[in-house]
Amino acid sequence: MDFDTIIQILDSAVRLMTPLLLACLAGLYSERSGVFDIGLEGKMLMAAFTAAAVAYATGNPWLGLLAGIAGSTALSLIHGLASITFMGNQLISGVAINFLASGMTVLLGQKIFGLGGRTPSLTEGGRFGEITLPFADTIREVPFIGPIYAELLSGHTALVYVAFACVPLTWWILSRTRFGLRLRAVGENPASVDTAGVSVTRLRFAAVAICGVLCGLAGAYLATGLSAGFVKEMTAGRGFIALAALIFAKWRPWSALFATFLFGLLEAIANRYPNLDLGVVTIPSMFMNALPYILTVIILAGFVGRAIPPRAGGEPYVKER
Amino acid sequence: MTGGSENVGGRSHETAPYAIELRGISKSFGSVQANKNIDLQVPRGSIHGIIGENGAGKSTLMSILYGFYKPDRGEILVNGQKLTISDSQTAIRAGIGMVFQHFKLVQNFTVLENIILGAEDGALLRPSLAKARGVLRDLAKEYQLNVEPDELIEELSVGHQQRVEILKALYRHADILILDEPTGVLTPAEADHLFRILEGLKAEGKTIILITHKLREIMDITDNVSVMRRGEMVASVKTAETSPEELAELMVGRKVLLSVDKAVAQPGKPILQVQDLRLVDDEGVERLRGISFEIRAGEILGIAGVSGNGQTQLLELLGGYPEKGSTVGGTIRMNGEELDLTGTRSDAATRRKRGIGHVPEDRQVEGLIMDFAAWENVAFGYHHAPEFNRGMLMDNGAIRTDADAKMERFDVRPRNSNLAARNFSGGNQQKIVVAREIERNPDLLLIGQPTRGVDIGAIEFIHKRIVELRDAGKAVLLVSVELEEILSLSDRIAVMFDGRIMGERLPGETTTGELGLLMAGITDTQNHSAEEGIPPETQHVDRLPGGEA
Repeated sequence: MDFDTIIQILDSAVRLMTPLLLACLAGLYSERSGVFDIGLEGKMLMAAFTAAAVAYATGNPWLGLLAGIAGSTALSLIHGLASITFMGNQLISGVAINFLASGMTVLLGQKIFGLGGRTPSLTEGGRFGEITLPFADTIREVPFIGPIYAELLSGHTALVYVAFACVPLTWWILSRTRFGLRLRAVGENPASVDTAGVSVTRLRFAAVAICGVLCGLAGAYLATGLSAGFVKEMTAGRGFIALAALIFAKWRPWSALFATFLFGLLEAIANRYPNLDLGVVTIPSMFMNALPYILTVIILAGFVGRAIPPRAGGEPYVKER
Repeated sequence: MTGGSENVGGRSHETAPYAIELRGISKSFGSVQANKNIDLQVPRGSIHGIIGENGAGKSTLMSILYGFYKPDRGEILVNGQKLTISDSQTAIRAGIGMVFQHFKLVQNFTVLENIILGAEDGALLRPSLAKARGVLRDLAKEYQLNVEPDELIEELSVGHQQRVEILKALYRHADILILDEPTGVLTPAEADHLFRILEGLKAEGKTIILITHKLREIMDITDNVSVMRRGEMVASVKTAETSPEELAELMVGRKVLLSVDKAVAQPGKPILQVQDLRLVDDEGVERLRGISFEIRAGEILGIAGVSGNGQTQLLELLGGYPEKGSTVGGTIRMNGEELDLTGTRSDAATRRKRGIGHVPEDRQVEGLIMDFAAWENVAFGYHHAPEFNRGMLMDNGAIRTDADAKMERFDVRPRNSNLAARNFSGGNQQKIVVAREIERNPDLLLIGQPTRGVDIGAIEFIHKRIVELRDAGKAVLLVSVELEEILSLSDRIAVMFDGRIMGERLPGETTTGELGLLMAGITDTQNHSAEEGIPPETQHVDRLPGGEA
């Protein structure tokens, strides 16, 4: 395995981890505020569809992105309404959103485009273009640093950079701002926030809305960045993988970066070596493709140490007597 | 925000407005009236005690003051100004600070973070944290409220966590501090320290409202005291002009003595022998501190006491379901045989097999399944009995017939066993539970608060059945906060205070006054007059209960 191959695999990992990272951060905001969200998958899927549909119709990926955010945030608010306002069960609401998105996208896709639930393929104009960082071409030939800069760092779509920028931003918001302090508090002990005279409902809705926006970015990236158009069930469990990564990361932004990178890397390796030949045995492609999911199971089974979720997570806030 | 400006312009006709004044506050939750037409006046710079039993409505009243609930009727005046407190923010702005019984702290935040939460100065935390650190240092010096600002809450002792709550209120410039049952989770030393802090705050002109059901605290530290009972404010007096005895009576209330016809008891062989029962709950609080007594066949032992002094834990332990996580010690003998206190054979089912019937204190939670039909409820706990089963299946026909018969004998109305328990009135619900337990003819009946929330007719009926059971040669352990009930039913009376039995008396040879003193933790009833406070040293007298009366 030479240096160039490694760079290529890492480059691919960066692309593949981007939707996971965005979804993971989305879940982080929601769950740190005490609202569990297993509907990340559904929101991403809805966003992918609306983004692809609008990008196709307008030929503008940025409008597609806005549509993606709108589609995902709409589902987020349904989740908020069910679990915050009406104090419903957050898991059931999340499951419902996943089903809703899975059905709605195909139904609308078939009704509008008549392609069996797909959207038409996006041409170059409807997709996010790759951004070439300054001087990428000039220093390409510099050994070691050149390829890293030109291949690995440069040449991604805007959303990839946005996703990576969200990590320090999220960390900063959570640990350094008033909003972050209150957000963390409301996920740990909402009564502490309520007695301080701050609205629990408003804070949680804000968190859920941010979750919607980030899921929208993730879905739009899937449909208009990573691929060219929407395909039925194109999220392929990424929402759940993001959830596993979130637990793996113990609900912390920097750890989320590394957790999603691990998943992205596994996927990239599987793509690169469908049949990994280890000399003695050849690992079949099915196994390689299943790797991220196997890792998910391992993480969720608790083999990576104890992860303590936000203490008030999953429970609607009821003022006690 | 000091008490300096007494006469704010325009209201000079009001002489020194009260820090807090409540006029006709009422609040109900569904059909339960938690507060009835409450009037309260708390002078500035005083420590005002509000005393009453659990469920008397104290906490509800304070929650109203802190904007957690909206009163149905009534007015709130803070420093003489009428105020609608619709949320906690309004209360905080009016200078009201609240220290809840269960602290509202974020466990994995630092002290500083908890203190600024909700009172940050701007969108960024750094300046607020720096400012809070300084303020904290000053407050610590002024009131001996020392806490390490960077420590995580989960690493602090309960006493220190409480200090953080007080600091939170002071950081928000609270002039009026409400403390809800502040000593419930504290050790005696921590409680003493708290009281010194409160006195320091009072000296600085702060007004303090102390909610408690502990008479000693009221006598020790308050200037004035208001007594609540069943949602009503029954008295407001100067602490110096009252006595623990009077307060105990006011709290528990005097009802028309219900006469119960009963012959003199004919005690037989001992049924229940309890030796040195101890229980420490999962929070590490000692609830039972060595309880010993004996009940003989054909005898009713009444346990009197202000609620919250270990009676509930005693009943639960005897009934076979002590609170999860508590550690227990001592021995229980039933008909001479020792019962398991731990392990699989210490459960409620095993206790029932040994002949212990139990009417729990809270019938709606422990006695009944509210959404199940009456006939099902009448069988619960005994549903394994052979007459209710046919092989693997339940014999619902037999259960219904049995339930109908029991409801007939206990005059449960309406006489419809298909109705869910929820749809019966409180008195009839209680009759269903009592019928279930008494009709099984237990050797020992545990009965907690048998007539709480029960109408007069049902009270008489239930009392009669309890006496009948006794006359049939059974033992009865009666726990009640109603002194009159204890006095009229019991053959012997034991008074519980702070997890101990303070003494035993015979109902014919004692008075409510004497029992009131015992309920306040005073054993030496001969040498105490009503005017005295409760000396602290009598708090932890280690004396075996004697029936010397």
